[in-house]
Amino acid sequence: MDLTPIWLTLKLAAITMVILLIIGLPLAYWLSKGRSIAKIIIEAIITMPLVLPPSVLGFYLLMAFSPKQGIGEWLHKTFDIQLVFSFKGLVLASIIYSMPFMIGPIKSALQQLPLSLSQASYTLGKSERETFIKILLPNIRASVLTAAILTFAHTLGEFGVVLMIGGNIPGVTRVASIAVYDSVEIMDYHAANIYSLILFCITFAMVISVFVFNKYKAKSPLE
Amino acid sequence: MISIDIEKKLKAYRGEQILKISAQFDKSSITKIYGPSGAGKSTFLRIIAGLVEPEHGKISVDDMVWLDTLSKISLSPQKRKVGLVFQNYALFPNMTVRQHLEYVSDDTQWINRLLFIGKLETFTSHKPEYLSGGQQQRLAILRAMAIKPKLMLMDEPFSALDPKMKSELIPGLKSIWDELGTTVLIVSHNPQELVGLTATEMEINPI
Repeated sequence: MDLTPIWLTLKLAAITMVILLIIGLPLAYWLSKGRSIAKIIIEAIITMPLVLPPSVLGFYLLMAFSPKQGIGEWLHKTFDIQLVFSFKGLVLASIIYSMPFMIGPIKSALQQLPLSLSQASYTLGKSERETFIKILLPNIRASVLTAAILTFAHTLGEFGVVLMIGGNIPGVTRVASIAVYDSVEIMDYHAANIYSLILFCITFAMVISVFVFNKYKAKSPLE
Repeated sequence: MISIDIEKKLKAYRGEQILKISAQFDKSSITKIYGPSGAGKSTFLRIIAGLVEPEHGKISVDDMVWLDTLSKISLSPQKRKVGLVFQNYALFPNMTVRQHLEYVSDDTQWINRLLFIGKLETFTSHKPEYLSGGQQQRLAILRAMAIKPKLMLMDEPFSALDPKMKSELIPGLKSIWDELGTTVLIVSHNPQELVGLTATEMEINPI
């Protein structure tokens, strides 16, 4: 029984989650402040993977990162980076695919905090950055945790995008969801069963933990 | 000396109103601001603190210009650093009583003195959700005082305190204001609110 696809999936999900936390926190903060046409358009683009068929997203990424044209050709020639059929490409595709799960909960949690919290901090002479780190972030801890878990779980469940951009290269792009499909194709139901059960258990534990964290989340006394 | 001359449109239930205020406040003076609900009393304090921008106006504090809409000068709230007590307290749910004050000042003696004046010494490790309304309100006042402000803006600051607590708290605050030479503006509905303080009065009525 080859467990490489499981490890590869967990590695992909962990890397995606960490990168999305780094990108997602400032981006969600920026989106939570006020409204402008630029923000609406960027938020719509971030949300698109929720409704777009994964194969469509995968197809566009495949075209964009093809080493024979456009950005892909430039990346290949300038930095010798090939994103199609590589683990790096999977990471990038996962970041785009799971981004709404990171941005959405954090942005709405920030918007639910009373505006007077940050205003009070500003009048005390604190910068926007310090206010975000010491006041806003600790008060949306539960939502950040939820967003991180959902991002991780959603990356585990990727199939269409991964298949389009990564293919099915053992040890490189053959993640667990693809291994299930592949095992069924070759009638190896035993392997498919084990991969499926492991994925089911991991995601079930993650969804349970989301419910637990949300139940105990700190509430503002102003609510 | 604080000199204020501002004009700001207010969106009110009855349509649009204009808040137009021209006033001067002496150093170390205490002024009670009163007026009908929705007159713009809180907005006035927010404009001084730099949280709301008026359409027209000028604010200067001791010859330093904080706001001048004509020459497009507007200092950030961080630079104005007024002691603002919010009507809804705006306490930080993640911080204990002591952490609220430590966020602002690293002078332990000063923090202990404030805790003593506000009678919160025995609650230093409590978070706001475990404090009573009166304790929360006192913490909001102490946090604003912790920056040793030259200008203190208080929005209904004693509304949740019983008369006894109020009469014990106010002399303590007054002695610190005298030491720091703080100018104080207090928005209040209640004529009894400032018992024990000699204050000039100012009425706000929108046009």
